[in-house]
Amino acid sequence: MLTVALKGIAGRKVRALLTAIAIVLGVAMISGTYILTDTINNGFNTIVTNSYKNADVVISGEAAFKNTNGNGVETPTFPQNVLTKVRALPDVEAAAGAVQSDNVKLIGKNGKVVDTGGAPSLGFSVDPRYQEFNPTQLTEGSWPKGSDQVAIDKATAANKGFAVGDPIRIQAVGPQRTFRISGIAELSGVGSIGGATFALFDLPTAQKFFAKQGQLDIIRIQSKPGVSTEKLISQIQPLLPPTAVVRDANAQVKEDKKQFDIAFLQYILLAFAGIALFVGAFVIANTLSITIAQRMREFATLRTLGASRRQVLWSVVIEAFVIGVVGSVIGLFLGLALAKGLNKLFVTFGIDLPQGQTVFATRTVIVSLLVGTIVTLVASIRPARRATRVPPIAAVREGSVLPVSRFAKYGPVTAFVVLAIAVVMVSLGTLGSGIATGPRLLLLGFGVILLFFGVSMNASRVVRPLAAVLGAPARSIGGAPGILARDNATRNPSRTASTASALMIGLALVTFVAIFSAGIFKSFEDAVDELFIADYAITATNTFTGIDVAVGKSLVGQPGVSDVTPIRQGSGHFLGSDRDISGVQSNIATGVKIDWRTGGPSVPSKLGKDGFFTNTDLAKKHHLKVGSTVSLEFPSGQKRTVRLVGTYKEPNGGSPFGDATISTQLFDKEIPRPKDLMVLVNTPDGVSDGNTTTLEDDVASFADAKVQTRDEFKTNFLAPVKKIINLLYALLALAVIVSLVGIINTLVLTIFERTRELGMLRAVGMTRRQVRMMIRYESIVTALMGATLGLIVGVFLAALVAQALSGEGIVFTIPWLQLVYFIIAAIIVGVLAAVIPARRAARLNVLEALQYE
Amino acid sequence: MEAAAVPAADVAERAPSAVVAAQDITRRYGEGDTAVDALRGVSLEVEQGKLTAVMGPSGSGKSTLMHILAALDRPTTGSVWIAGTKLGDLNDTEITKLRRKHIGFVFQFFNLLPMLTAEENVLLPLTIAGEKPEPAWREELLKKVGLDDRRTHRPAELSGGQQQRVAVARALISRPTVVFADEPTGNLDSTTGAEILELLRSSVEELHQTTVMVTHDPRAAAIADRILFLADGCIVRDMPRSDPSAVIAVVDELAAG
Repeated sequence: MLTVALKGIAGRKVRALLTAIAIVLGVAMISGTYILTDTINNGFNTIVTNSYKNADVVISGEAAFKNTNGNGVETPTFPQNVLTKVRALPDVEAAAGAVQSDNVKLIGKNGKVVDTGGAPSLGFSVDPRYQEFNPTQLTEGSWPKGSDQVAIDKATAANKGFAVGDPIRIQAVGPQRTFRISGIAELSGVGSIGGATFALFDLPTAQKFFAKQGQLDIIRIQSKPGVSTEKLISQIQPLLPPTAVVRDANAQVKEDKKQFDIAFLQYILLAFAGIALFVGAFVIANTLSITIAQRMREFATLRTLGASRRQVLWSVVIEAFVIGVVGSVIGLFLGLALAKGLNKLFVTFGIDLPQGQTVFATRTVIVSLLVGTIVTLVASIRPARRATRVPPIAAVREGSVLPVSRFAKYGPVTAFVVLAIAVVMVSLGTLGSGIATGPRLLLLGFGVILLFFGVSMNASRVVRPLAAVLGAPARSIGGAPGILARDNATRNPSRTASTASALMIGLALVTFVAIFSAGIFKSFEDAVDELFIADYAITATNTFTGIDVAVGKSLVGQPGVSDVTPIRQGSGHFLGSDRDISGVQSNIATGVKIDWRTGGPSVPSKLGKDGFFTNTDLAKKHHLKVGSTVSLEFPSGQKRTVRLVGTYKEPNGGSPFGDATISTQLFDKEIPRPKDLMVLVNTPDGVSDGNTTTLEDDVASFADAKVQTRDEFKTNFLAPVKKIINLLYALLALAVIVSLVGIINTLVLTIFERTRELGMLRAVGMTRRQVRMMIRYESIVTALMGATLGLIVGVFLAALVAQALSGEGIVFTIPWLQLVYFIIAAIIVGVLAAVIPARRAARLNVLEALQYE
Repeated sequence: MEAAAVPAADVAERAPSAVVAAQDITRRYGEGDTAVDALRGVSLEVEQGKLTAVMGPSGSGKSTLMHILAALDRPTTGSVWIAGTKLGDLNDTEITKLRRKHIGFVFQFFNLLPMLTAEENVLLPLTIAGEKPEPAWREELLKKVGLDDRRTHRPAELSGGQQQRVAVARALISRPTVVFADEPTGNLDSTTGAEILELLRSSVEELHQTTVMVTHDPRAAAIADRILFLADGCIVRDMPRSDPSAVIAVVDELAAG
């Protein structure tokens, strides 16, 4: 029986391959995700490991806490004299100190900051006397020496046309400076450092340039032979200030790697692989069902020859197993190419991560093959069970239909109940208050999956009415082929329904993303419109990293500038959590319209050395009243008791302020090298081209400063979010492609089935063109059904989630234009899916087709 | 139905004597006003080692009768026995086992599996039953049907007559109690049809293979040891081996009413 099943596949290669393609893409996504993330991790690993090569023990600065809310925490420095003390230790063979910064922006020859795509702009000191610790190697020139020399990374030099001897402008702390390039360097052993750039200086130059005079960020230490790491650490420990820690080099590698954790990226990509596989499972189940319906006579013959139901079941399952394995293997290797494609996609969307040697791990192979095969097997169960119901008498009868299952009469009820349960689960998952987050997410997740099943199960009953509506244009445009196409689409409603359902899933998710992101954009824009009353905002070129406070200071008192008010960004630990904090001056009201609820408009001027203000929600949650005090800890570990002087109502779309806003006076005292999220500026006569030019000239010495109006600010701020949304669309496109494969499968298989009929149509005078048109319209009608169902499900889900998150400022707004685009996209999917089947159908030889059986 | 009144004991006594027996079978399709009675009470016994032909015009119920005798369909009332086993009492698994052991099929449209070679198709019933073919028997059979040199060909590479030979060999391979042939020449030209009939005849004579053949072709019926004529769901004539002209005469007579 095994041979029979295997030969069966060999004899129907096209059909088997069509089925396999549905799983190939999902598996490729799994394998590609693993390969890509492993390769990136490998890159990070090499970078970090290299960074501590030959070191036994490492001293580094250590912040009192981390902040994952948005504003990062700059690691504190420690005094340089620690190095002197360490070197004096008898067990130390060699020790070298260095400073580093991730905010050293190289400026291209065009005067613009080199875009790192969100990656850090690294700068660090190198000490040529301690080559053993140097993570970089020169490819050209010499190591930088003296206050005007720099070595830059190879990629930037190549991309931006810099050579040894060229001048280059660089901005770190304070205004930009011009250096001369003494050498070009690369990180040893790393293929690509992604979008990141780096600049190397000698230690005194770096200290001065990074505003870390007399300070160090790191000391790399090699012990004398035979000295244990533990012993050395215990000797160093007492020499350290509270802002520094000593670790053995391996522990430091682990610590550093934490900041390069890309697990989230892996999970997100795997989630998209899961979606593609889910859609693939629909397609496989549907394709197998059709092939089984077409092979009824074969199964019936097997039954008459003595095959048991179980044997028939197994023959289908084995077939699915082989298809699953073959599809998974193809997918696994396709993943190698997809990993490269995904990385290109990321780079296009501004996420440029380092790449090590390509990693093809055993885990990748096992997971890809296992998941692909299991998904295929699961998808084959229902079709296989249908095959067992083929009665032996079908071997001798023309046009037998499958007998319905014992439970068929409960079908409509079951379908409705499944849908109802799904709706209840999804509703509870989103709106149900009083349920813990974990179970809620589970409810939501399973609810959504069940919802897709539920809609799919019920879909066959709306196929006819939908086809009547969606097929109406086909009829008027397509004439007879159009009418036939519409009727063909409704000929087997459950087949059309499940084909359309696969597309529904992708479109529902796309619609959800569109509506959800429109809600985010709208609430953000509303908030900016409400708060932002300044004429101009100045931010970093990438909007988010913050700019040196020197920018704002340099503008004060300039001609043509009436008000300058900065908003500092930093991190603090208070009320039990790591939180974003802000710093403002007393004139903040010139730039931001704040809706004060307590304390009144004079709050900013009352901040002084120990005052803060917060939003009403946080005050309410922690029972804070004007006069309440909290202990605010800074990254240095320094604690300050601060007093609440006022509260404001934060718009749903957020505000530029963190959970606590203090005076710039206090902020600058406790946070070294402070940065402004933005500087808001007014000019005497408002926004004008002339004023824009004046301001741009004023900040010309800070290449990283970008002058923008309110509308430009909105666009710039949302640009990265929009990029991510577009990335999501690109990833969801994979699911749509899988469903496109599904439509192709259905059409190709129905054409096999209708060969005789097509021959008849051609014989009575239908042209090849009309045959192609007929297939194309049928495809479009099917795709439009999927789109309609998907839009409905997507809008429903988005409405629920928006309702649930209304407190977080998400509004429910339907981006009609985008939805129209999706419908157009669905039509394109339909047209594309029909290309091959239509060609096959048109090519049929009339005579052969008529004799086909 | 009066047949239902026949005491079970009577039936049980008579059943084992024939390899295939039917007692008062009826078959009704559909319900209510649209119901059609395909069989209206047919009883028969098939003699061992003989070829029995069932003849009749379209709609006479001959195909239905064969489907029921071959356990492909169940009668609305009445009973069928194959090799002494009453089919009505069997579940799907038991019927499957019965098919493996006792029933062989030859179809009008050959029903070969397109991806298997001729030899694999022939051996398929054994493969399904998980049995090994006796090499001597396999060779004898392949020679007998004249496919010795075409055993590795796939159905698509064989002519219709050759395909039906494969089908005949497939029906014989497990030495079933009875072979059912459903219009075996219906899809063949007269020359190849005649070859297939010869093959069936020789399997009866040389191998003593009990065979039931449904046909509407008088020349096919003429090779049978016994010919049953069906009309309107009833057996209307039971005649011994006859030449084609005699068969045609009966057909005409029955058609004239």
